[in-house]
Amino acid sequence: MNYLGKKITLHDMCLRDGMHPKRHQISLDEMIDIATGLDDAGVPLIEVTHGDGLGGTSVNYGFPAHSDEEYLSAVVPKMKNAKVSALLLPGIGTVDHLKMAADLGVSTIRVATHCTEADVSEQHIGMASQMGLDTVGFLMMAHMISTEDLLEQALLMESYGANCIYCTDSAGYMMPHDVTERVSLLRNRLKPTTELGFHGHHNLGLGVANSMAAVEAGANRIDGSAAGLGAGAGNTPLEVFAAVLHRMQADTGVDIFKLMAVAEEKVIPLMDELVRVDRDSLTLGYAGVYSSFLLFAKRAGKKYGVPSQDILLEMAKRKAIGGQEDLIEDVAMEMAKAQQS
Amino acid sequence: MPNKLRAAIIGPGNIGTDLLMKAMRSEWIEPVWMVGIEESEGIKRAREFGMKTSTSGVDGLVPHMKEDKIDFVFDATSAYVHAENSRKVNEQGAIMVDLTPAAIGPFCVPPVNLQTLLEEGRKENVNMVTCGGQATIPMVNAVSRVQAVEYGEIVATVSSKSIGPGTRKNIDEFTRTTAAAIEQVGGADKGKAIIVVNPAEPPLIMRDTIHCLTKEQPNQERITESVQDMVKEVQKYVPGYTLKNGPIFDGNRVTIFMEVEGLGDFLPKYSGNLDIMTAAALRTAEMYAEAMANGDI
Repeated sequence: MNYLGKKITLHDMCLRDGMHPKRHQISLDEMIDIATGLDDAGVPLIEVTHGDGLGGTSVNYGFPAHSDEEYLSAVVPKMKNAKVSALLLPGIGTVDHLKMAADLGVSTIRVATHCTEADVSEQHIGMASQMGLDTVGFLMMAHMISTEDLLEQALLMESYGANCIYCTDSAGYMMPHDVTERVSLLRNRLKPTTELGFHGHHNLGLGVANSMAAVEAGANRIDGSAAGLGAGAGNTPLEVFAAVLHRMQADTGVDIFKLMAVAEEKVIPLMDELVRVDRDSLTLGYAGVYSSFLLFAKRAGKKYGVPSQDILLEMAKRKAIGGQEDLIEDVAMEMAKAQQS
Repeated sequence: MPNKLRAAIIGPGNIGTDLLMKAMRSEWIEPVWMVGIEESEGIKRAREFGMKTSTSGVDGLVPHMKEDKIDFVFDATSAYVHAENSRKVNEQGAIMVDLTPAAIGPFCVPPVNLQTLLEEGRKENVNMVTCGGQATIPMVNAVSRVQAVEYGEIVATVSSKSIGPGTRKNIDEFTRTTAAAIEQVGGADKGKAIIVVNPAEPPLIMRDTIHCLTKEQPNQERITESVQDMVKEVQKYVPGYTLKNGPIFDGNRVTIFMEVEGLGDFLPKYSGNLDIMTAAALRTAEMYAEAMANGDI
């Protein structure tokens, strides 16, 4: 495929998905520092909130260092060109959170559901779209269903008012051909005016290859994260993908050297541990487990004396989906009991 | 055996039908009417069970309420139409038991506050909160009756097949109503509710995780005892209400893991979320009926 001059919107995740490996403890100053760096590098869209989106503040997912209001109020006014997006998972956040984010100047709302449950998003997508926001339907764990079933769910979100639909590889499980099939069918069957996006995780080291497959199949918005800071083995490393697109002569509007500097000088030093493909994060990608389960499994494994890898494999066996972090401790306790007996 | 008090059910869907099957076994309640808005499978089933039926909504029921001595009406429709239904049946002298999240009347979670509501006398409308609320608020209360709970949070995981279009269209209503009842009935200063809908096949049994943050260091022994007692109370009307793990203690955090299996009357056993609603609603009406029979109300 010819990338020459093709417009691609890069969307940075390190201040939202990156909250997972940071246990939601990124400070306001760190957020501002990174966001202004990304803005200066020409990244057009930056996601900011709790890792589990608006309203994610909880015992279950973790209490953040600051509220969504504080993060958004700190970052949005500092942006010269970049826009700020917020994620919302119905069942966790509500339309009240959505209104709050819009009032604070968020331009893009991404309403995320499990890939089979698009109809819980009608209320939120409808409202965001009525408010004139850039409204994205975000179908998570898209590897779990067939291409045809994914299309059906995408059509629902489009009918509620989403102007962009994401194929989201929350487990970093997809191979390039999985992405090609899904995005191609969406491109053929959704309205030509509906944008398509891809959100990858790097658990099998395929973030960049999968994002290229998505672009080649018709997606024009791609999520990535500076230095890959994100759940599991991280998101598609944004500076790497941007460099690839630059070599391919696509049009991203991003200064790749400035972006590399943000990744190297601002994001890497922030990491508590290097976000990389290790045994556990590889297991996520291999078995198809929701990437944010990683640290929960590590903690529960340590507490109950069960290998974290085994916990993750058990989560896969139980077909756990995004949001079921509470099951991890329960499973670890059961496995510990079984070990004793 | 006392004279049973007579009831109507509005909404012949899954919940209404399951409620009907439970009510037909009740010692205190006799279901007489099933009300829908059109001819449907649910209406046909109710007719086969010997119910009188209306296919013209609550207006088809109202003219017969006095003559048929209807004392209770269960509303298993949606929050959008509940207020109107409630007004109409109250005018005919019946008590409304609301299974929608409309929450016009006081919240009722039977083992926690039904006795208190009964002592306050007759109510025109009682609200059954949400499925997640019925499954978790007894546990929040089991902690808060021992010591002050600053924050109560519940995570309800339900199978995709057990969640109908009404809940899906307005999932925020679930979140808000449950959170409010965690505070008002559960006794937490602040409440939060999360719902996860999982499509796995075979469908998973309803799971609930309850997290409480206590103000002071939790009294492990007393909380554990209180939780076990409360589980038994709920089991009186939902036998499949099971403590899977916990309570576990981590600093001020108390966490309880529950599973709720239904009786499988009409809804399959995995949909404990719906079973606990219908069982709680019926139990509420039965307790009112008993109080009325005893002349307490």
